[in-house]
Amino acid sequence: MNHRAVMAIYAFEMKRFFRTLLQSFISPVISTSLYFVVFGAAIGSRINQVEGVSYGSFIVPGLIMLTVMSQSVSTASFSIYFPKFIGTIFELLSAPVNYLEIVIGYVGASATKALFVGLVILVTSTFFVDLNIQYPIAMLAFLVLTCISFSLFGFIIGIWAQNFEQLQLIPLLIITPLVFLGGSFYSLSMLPPFWQSVSLFNPVVYLISGFRWLFFGQGDVGLVWSLVAMSLFIAICLGLVWLIFKTGYQIRN
Amino acid sequence: MTDIVETRGLTKTYKDGVKALRDVNLNIREGEILALLGPNGAGKTTLISTLCGIVQATGGYARIGGFDIETEYRSARRLVGLVPQEVVLEPFERVINTVRLSRGLFGKPDDKELIERILRQLSLWDKRKSRIKELSGGMKRRVLIAKALCHEPRVLFLDEPTAGVDVELRRDMWKILRELRETGVTIILTTHYIEEAEAIADRIAVVNNGEILLVEEKDSLMRRMGYKILRIELKEMLREIPEKLAEYNLSLADGGTTLVYIYDTMHDSTGITRLLQSISGAGLKLNDIQTTQSSLEQIFIDLVREDAA
Repeated sequence: MNHRAVMAIYAFEMKRFFRTLLQSFISPVISTSLYFVVFGAAIGSRINQVEGVSYGSFIVPGLIMLTVMSQSVSTASFSIYFPKFIGTIFELLSAPVNYLEIVIGYVGASATKALFVGLVILVTSTFFVDLNIQYPIAMLAFLVLTCISFSLFGFIIGIWAQNFEQLQLIPLLIITPLVFLGGSFYSLSMLPPFWQSVSLFNPVVYLISGFRWLFFGQGDVGLVWSLVAMSLFIAICLGLVWLIFKTGYQIRN
Repeated sequence: MTDIVETRGLTKTYKDGVKALRDVNLNIREGEILALLGPNGAGKTTLISTLCGIVQATGGYARIGGFDIETEYRSARRLVGLVPQEVVLEPFERVINTVRLSRGLFGKPDDKELIERILRQLSLWDKRKSRIKELSGGMKRRVLIAKALCHEPRVLFLDEPTAGVDVELRRDMWKILRELRETGVTIILTTHYIEEAEAIADRIAVVNNGEILLVEEKDSLMRRMGYKILRIELKEMLREIPEKLAEYNLSLADGGTTLVYIYDTMHDSTGITRLLQSISGAGLKLNDIQTTQSSLEQIFIDLVREDAA
């Protein structure tokens, strides 16, 4: 393993993050505050409790997942698409690094950035609601896994994309709707039975539910199903990344 | 001198059927400067890109420093530095950081002294904290060279390193390349500037249609394929070559006032003395005589034309 190469990619990507640290910090704080104002104060005041938890607290895991998923995808896809776009990818391809090292460097940096944003939201939310996290360490681990898996997914999108429109296409048309309809701001039990069944085909439901389970000890589906979904998602992403580098798809012409 | 790069039957066929490399067999000696000459689309960049791992070969094999570029790619690539044709750098990054990234990618620990030495050698030390977008085009090219050199490669590939740079910078680059060769670095460069190959290369490889047409010492190539042109300016104008001069294969130029004679300097006899005697015998009076040496450019054009024919 070329550890130094992994660290070089990671450090280089993190420098890009630190260049816009203020923006990276302020943006989630403002958006979280707005969500709490709109969903917590305006709508939450009409909803007493959801599954024994105040609505304000109930939306915290969904809010974190919503931001972390979209942040992971957008950061990772951009970080690999940009070198492709400007041509600096040649440096990676001609260096003594294998695909795993490239992925660890880029995905690691992207996951770190998303984790930072997730933690900022978590801390910000404590200013609005009381949070009593039942399994804090497992919750953190699940958050890290979510950051990694969606960064992997973003990495694949970045490799696949041939222009900036395509880069935005999947996050905008697939990720955002799936996350919004995946129980970020509501419990599946609040839906009519038909839509409950339809929602179970949405993979994001299992991830948000699992994360919420670790907060409050309950979710829309059992924790085991959430862990299976997470493992499957990571396995599929890793398989696709392996295939991309094996065949040189979109990078080694 | 041992060979540091060796290719056998190296082939690259793109998905659309275009054959960019056809059965390329090439040996590059350690410590030499080899210039790859060829017209646009000849396959020069594909050859370099394949050796560096950017393009996957579809046939044959290549070794760098004895390491196969596919099966022992880590060892092979550690020996290689690449300066690409396009100026591809992250515009918002600082010079020093982008150079450090390159060294790190090759698995080398940070070496402040070495990086300082390279940046000073390339007159970039004062600009080390500048962002790439703030640099001039020439400086950006130097940054690319610094990035390629910072992991101390034994083989340096330069894909048209002086394309679009001014004459002064071009000569500076030649100086840098010569200095690098003195330290034992093998240099392979593609160029459109024949003058460049003529000025710094030890050997010339001519590439056309994905094939290597020849690889030869520059001096011997110029001796072997070079020729001289004798231009004889006459006092009077001729409509046609006189009968007495028919055997010399002369041509008329400048509206009939100049006789042009092409001869091979490698021959025992150039035929000049006899030609001048025959001209005098034909009653022609001379105004002036000039000789010019064919350049590498003419040799290159002749080779490519010959290949096309």
